Amino acid sequence: MGEIIIGLYVFVLATLAGREVIGKVPPTLHTPLMSGANAISGVAIIGAIVVTGASTGGLATILGVIAVAMATVNVVGGFMVTDRMLNMFKKND
Amino acid sequence: MDVLTLVELAYLASAILFVSGLKRMQSPATARQGNGLAALAMLVAVVATMVHPDYQILSWSGILLGIVIGSLVGAATARTVKMTDMPELVGIFNGFGGGASALVAAAEFVRLQDTGGAVDLQTGVSIGISMLIGAVTFSGSFVAFGKLSGRITGNPVTFPLQKTFNAFLFLTLLILGGVIATGAAFGGLPPLTVFWIFTGLSLLLGILLVIPIGGADMPVVISLLNSYSGLAASAAGFVIGNKVLILSGALVGAAGLFLTMLMCKAMNRSLANVAFGAFGGESGGKKAITGQKPHRSVDADGAATMLAYASSVIVVPGYGLAVAQAQHDLKKVMDLLEERGVDVKYAIHPVAGRMPGHMNVLLAEADVPYDLLFDLDEINDDFARTDVVLVVGANDVVNPEAHNPESVIAGMPILDVDKARNVIVMKRSLSPGFAGIDNPLFYMDHNYMFFGDAKKSMQDLSKAVRDA
Repeated sequence: MGEIIIGLYVFVLATLAGREVIGKVPPTLHTPLMSGANAISGVAIIGAIVVTGASTGGLATILGVIAVAMATVNVVGGFMVTDRMLNMFKKND
Repeated sequence: MDVLTLVELAYLASAILFVSGLKRMQSPATARQGNGLAALAMLVAVVATMVHPDYQILSWSGILLGIVIGSLVGAATARTVKMTDMPELVGIFNGFGGGASALVAAAEFVRLQDTGGAVDLQTGVSIGISMLIGAVTFSGSFVAFGKLSGRITGNPVTFPLQKTFNAFLFLTLLILGGVIATGAAFGGLPPLTVFWIFTGLSLLLGILLVIPIGGADMPVVISLLNSYSGLAASAAGFVIGNKVLILSGALVGAAGLFLTMLMCKAMNRSLANVAFGAFGGESGGKKAITGQKPHRSVDADGAATMLAYASSVIVVPGYGLAVAQAQHDLKKVMDLLEERGVDVKYAIHPVAGRMPGHMNVLLAEADVPYDLLFDLDEINDDFARTDVVLVVGANDVVNPEAHNPESVIAGMPILDVDKARNVIVMKRSLSPGFAGIDNPLFYMDHNYMFFGDAKKSMQDLSKAVRDA
């Protein structure tokens, strides 16, 4: 039970921290913020790596490999497109 | 120090990097660096996971195959996508993220069944939640993508007893989830069969939750699903007992929910109204034909004269500008005006474009410096001191009816362009916007309608300003 309580602590505190930090992002950056946060949700890649590594062939492995591929699209594509957008933001001289 | 301690410290470093990366998103000057930090955080977390002594990696080939394919697809998409298609892209990436969390739950459940290990309550609950939210995010995101890209009708799809059916479906999912979590017997069905039924019904729920929502509200849906994909990742973190996964998932969950609330506020709607209102189809208010009320109109030469001899101009770009891809031509006109010494600013409504902040990205792509862009709160008092306001393809967001307590859009935050000395509205016709109501601004004495396609009109205007 100890492990899950620590997990819940992390979850609640991260939610509060997230709300604090993101509440101050100016409207001009809301699209990059959404796509950047979207890239972070690809963190499921960690879970995908763990379950794929732990399984020894069969259905579990196939599901795991698909999970790794999907999460990687989310992570790599998400961070790259956010970078592409933010690179266009220029100040006046 | 042993490997486990090092790995845990790497996870801690990753958590710090995620939070400070998001913090740097608070200013356009540091945002790119912030995104880089978040990407670094991800890399640290992935590498730490690969060398984590508690997670035995029995085979690398599958993992590497997935990473290579995912990287190629992700990179190619990110490089080629058009900036106007950002809502679709976020939608589809989001679906992948949610799908990955669902598959993590599925793979873990299948593996536990294969190895004959009993599923303890904590893992069972986490697997159920991760699958439910992940699958809803997956199918819901693809429906949202379909609606945004016009592959599925943008009109709300409704059928009788829809809400009752959805509630019944949700209840069934809760019961099946309980069966999966506790490993209880369920009508003699093997646990794996129950799990696949659960998966199928979760996917169905995702579809049913999104199809009754109109195309115009899809950005809100995408934002909410983004929040869900974070929660699904967090739940997957509970499945494998990984704190950095729990943490970053929760960060995304909070971000998505905050942006969703913000969008609802800017549209003057509640989240419940967006989710269940079956509002905002493609043909929204177009039915309401406006009468032949007198209005003033202007051509390119007339508009050019007004703009060229003004001392201050504020541009209000709207959805129509993005649709017509006229942002580069707009920038040309504004450059010409600036050369003539006109003070030029841009006023951006929170929901201008196709998602919050989308217009800022489109203008940034056209090389408009971000310090010329002003939010509603920053610029609303300036209109009264402005010679000419040029509204391009926007309607509801400049409708003064919002100040009329009797109106359907009463209380919606708007840009008070009618306060300016002169207003030019560049638009195809006098037809109403999504709210479906007439705009009194169009018939005011100091307002001039410049009819036509935004791109064509802007090109004509550019020529005329050069000659003025």
